[in-house]
Parts: sequence; structure tokens; C-alpha cells
Amino acid sequence: MIKKYLKYIGLPVGLSMVLPVLTFAQDSTAVVAKAVEAIVPAVAASPVPFISAGNTAWMIVATALVMLMTIPGLALFYGGLVRSKNILNILMQCFILTAVISIEWVVFGYSNAFGSSTGFLAPYIGGFDWAFLNGIGINDVSPYYISQATERIPHLVFVMFQCMFAVITPALIIGAFAERIKFRGFLIFSVLWAILVYNPVAHWVWSADGWLFKLGALDFAGGTVVHINAGIAALVMAVMLGKRKLPSGQHITPPNNIPFVVIGAALLWFGWFGFNAGSGLAADGLAANAFLVTHIAAASAALSWALLDWFINKKPTVVGISTGAVAGLVAITPAAGFVGVGSAIIIGLLVSVFCFFMVSVVKGKLGYDDSLDAFGVHGIGGIWGAIATGLFASPLIQSAYSGAFAGNPKQLGIQLIAIGATILYSGVLTVILFKIVEKTLGIRATEEEEISGLDITQHDEIAYNDAD
Amino acid sequence: MKKIEAIVRKSKFEEVRVALHEADIDFLSWWEVKGQGTAKQGLIFRGISYDVNTIDRVFISFVVRDINVEKSINAILKVAYTGESGDGRIFVSEIGQSIRVRTGDHGDESLYDKNNSKI
Repeated sequence: MIKKYLKYIGLPVGLSMVLPVLTFAQDSTAVVAKAVEAIVPAVAASPVPFISAGNTAWMIVATALVMLMTIPGLALFYGGLVRSKNILNILMQCFILTAVISIEWVVFGYSNAFGSSTGFLAPYIGGFDWAFLNGIGINDVSPYYISQATERIPHLVFVMFQCMFAVITPALIIGAFAERIKFRGFLIFSVLWAILVYNPVAHWVWSADGWLFKLGALDFAGGTVVHINAGIAALVMAVMLGKRKLPSGQHITPPNNIPFVVIGAALLWFGWFGFNAGSGLAADGLAANAFLVTHIAAASAALSWALLDWFINKKPTVVGISTGAVAGLVAITPAAGFVGVGSAIIIGLLVSVFCFFMVSVVKGKLGYDDSLDAFGVHGIGGIWGAIATGLFASPLIQSAYSGAFAGNPKQLGIQLIAIGATILYSGVLTVILFKIVEKTLGIRATEEEEISGLDITQHDEIAYNDAD
Repeated sequence: MKKIEAIVRKSKFEEVRVALHEADIDFLSWWEVKGQGTAKQGLIFRGISYDVNTIDRVFISFVVRDINVEKSINAILKVAYTGESGDGRIFVSEIGQSIRVRTGDHGDESLYDKNNSKI
């Protein structure tokens, strides 16, 4: 079985030999990048930072784009993949997370993730100074910036931008436990997970006080914080909840609405421009690079998945090309502010190979039921993206950061530490939270609920009604 | 009076409808059904080929006078055939009574248009 696939691995590997040449050709024409730093807190810089109208305008739009990724983007992507008796449950899960995590974020989530703290908690989680956004005025400049130290955005825009990231991360996990979870169990689990897993990991990687940030881990837009974090939680949930009850001999369920899958994937792609190009927190050249590499990696991965389908199963599939595009977007996320367009093509072409292999071969062999491949796409794509950032980071994009191929192999080691720490923490905490919710409220839907469908049993609604 | 019921491939339904029309059978009902048999419907999901254990077919049902039974069956047989497993079945059964609601006609008279002697 594996041998059957091995012959196809030659193609992307061969391409990856050729593509670095293109990368260097492009890099040599690039102008010398400005010396910039990753997210750092305000230090007493001599020019007083102020709110730039241009940067603010772009970041408000970017924030709205990121919201579009959860509802309706991810909601339709996942909703189209499940059976018609469960689509409303998926849409509802995405919608309620948008509501409830947003509230959690302003109450204390933002403060835990991005606030400062003292004592033994300092490198692991922020305190409560900014709870209820206490002390953040409408004219305050954001303490966080990437390349624009002086021309900043309002602190409140940064809060909102990060809020959308906090919303989408637990929503990604939905793909793993789709079609067999009790709604109340899901809701409590997701809120606890956001508080106890997302907020600390965001603090580790992005807060100026975070231990992975201080170590020098690179994660431009959330490959580790969002995708690996959610991907590992997804794997744990899929294993612990157990398989869906499917008719005997059936392992796969046909998607109920593939056009929805396409609309969802396309909206994710579109929204991802805000996610990645917004993560520079400014409308500048770095944002332009993130915009470019995000698009090209998605295109490469979509093409690569379609070709794999075509070679291996004889037909290019619509679910396949949509999945490939999402995998490409996942993989470029941590790298978007550090790599050039040539690297983006390689990252995109290869991520589909890894994810395709994972969902079509490995998942079947291991036998866990990750209904919609949240781990296979976000976990595997995120891990590849984090490694790729350590390999391909180019000083021509941000002069302070180089990867192994630019003569800094240490960066790869740091990336591996960040990946390992996130896998370990997210994995262990997800097991604990699952057990707590299972013992208290119950989390697995009953067999009858599962067979009747979660739409009618959890929400008393049916998606497609015949009544006219 | 006989009831003719046929289960045919979804892909062949349009041709069956035309063939029945050409045989002057203009009154029929049909519905889309799922069933199982020896035929499999192969699909692909994210790199995995799989069979769904239900196959999509169209179920056709109409009632004709005894003299029209043979040509109705022949019309269906002519176009629904592919030779592959899963071409379907035709069933013929007796009908005890038939009444046209508009006119109150009973029996054979309820099944054809008296002004158009074709059927």
C-alpha cells in the first residue's frame, strides 16, 4: 500500500530541488529589508508612537476578514462535509464560539494572553491587569507592533484582531469531533480549552513575557498557537470520543453539500489575507510579502492536492482541491512574515503531500475517527509550517531572522522546541478537560442521538425542509 | 388493467420517459429512490476510494390497459439496458379498479382519452 504512494513522492521532491534556485533569483533582486523585530512591547523609543490612520484602516479591515473565516468560512467548509442531519450543529458550534469566546476575550482572555504578569506565572500566562479591558483607552496606541515602531494602531484594534484568532482556534477542533458530541459538552469543553490552553500558548509565543517568544520561536500569524494547538487537541478528542457509529463496513460518509465546502474554503482563503497580511499590524512592505506568500502557498497546495488525486485516484476531486488550499494556508501561516515567494511555493507543494498521506493512508492504519481531518490538515500542516519557517526564514524579509537554509540551523531547533512544547501542553490539557467534562456534563452523544442526527436532537431544527 | 413498476438507473430515466412517450404512455409517476443490490457506487473522499452501500435509482409507476402492457415493457427494455450489473427490474401486477376523479369514469375508460383513441 505504502509502496503504491512512494512513487509519487518523487515529483514534489524533484520540484523542491529546482525551486530553491528560483528563490535565490527572486531574493537577489529584493531590496535590503529594514531591520525589524517580532512583536515586542513598547520600549521608550525616541519618536513617540502615534496612531497611523493608514495602518489602522487596514487593520480594521483585516480584523473583519479574520472574522469571516469562522462564520461563514469554516462553518460552511465543515458544514458541507458532514451528513445533512448534522450540518446545523456544525454551523451552531462555529456561531456560538464566535459569540462566547469574544465575551471571554474582553472579560479576561486578552489580559491572560497578552497582559504582563509577575512571579512564577510570568513566562506562562498573563495576569488580570487588562481584565474587562481595564485601563485601555480609545486613543491608546497598541503596545505590540512588528515593523512599524512609531506608526501604530489603536490598542483596541489589536484587542479585536487577536479576538478573532481566539475565536477561530477552538472552532478548528470542531472538525475532529463532528457528528457525535453533545452540544453542552462541546460548549463547556471549548470554553475551558480557550481559557486554559489557547490563552497560555498565545502568551508563550506572542507576548513579550512569553518563554517561547524569549527563546526566539518564530510564529508570524499562528502556525503554532492556532494550528498545531488546535490540531493536537483535535487528535486527542477524536481518539477519546471514539469512532462514530456508521453502518457496518462503512468508514467514510459522503459530504452533504460540496458546493458549501467550496464556498467555505474560498472564504477561508479570502479571510486568510487578513489573518496573515494583518499579522504585521501595519500596511507596509512586510504585509505585502505576507499577502503574496499566503496566496501563492494556497495556490501551490491546491494544485498539488489536485494532482495527487489525479495521479492516485485517477480523478481530481473538488473536496480535494479545497482541502489542499486550506492545508497550504495553514502551512504558510507561521512563515508568512519570514519567507519569500519561492519558499512559499515549496511549502505549499509539500504540505499537500504530507496531509494527503496522513488522511488517506496513516489515518486509516491507525484507525482514529477524525471526522473532517482537523488533525490531518491543521495539525500536520501546522507542524510542517513551523518546521518550514525554521528552514526557509530569509533575512531578506526580516533581517533579524534567518532559518537553517540561510545559515542559522539553531532556528530549526527552537522551532522544534516550540512544536514539542505545544503538542505536549495541548495534548495533556485536552485529555484532562475531556475527562472533566465527560464525568460532569457528559460529552459523547448517545447512539440514538447520533443516528437521529445532532440537528434534531441538539437543536430541534432540520436544515433542509420540504414544506413549501 | 395492469400496474407497471420499473426501477431504472437515474442516468437512464430521461430516455425511459421519452421512450414511453413515444409508445403513447403519457401518464406516469416517478420518484427517486435508494436501494441496494450487487451494483456499487464508487466515490472518492480525500484520497480514499469507497463504496456507498446505497445506490440511486428512479422508481417509475403507471397503470395501463392490458393491450398496452407489452409495448410499455418493450419501451423500457429498449433504453434502460446497459448490460452492467444494476440495470434494474420491471414488475407487472393486476389492478382491481381505476376511477378518474374528474369524470367518474371506471375501469379501462378511466385510463385513456376517449377523444384521442391512440391509447
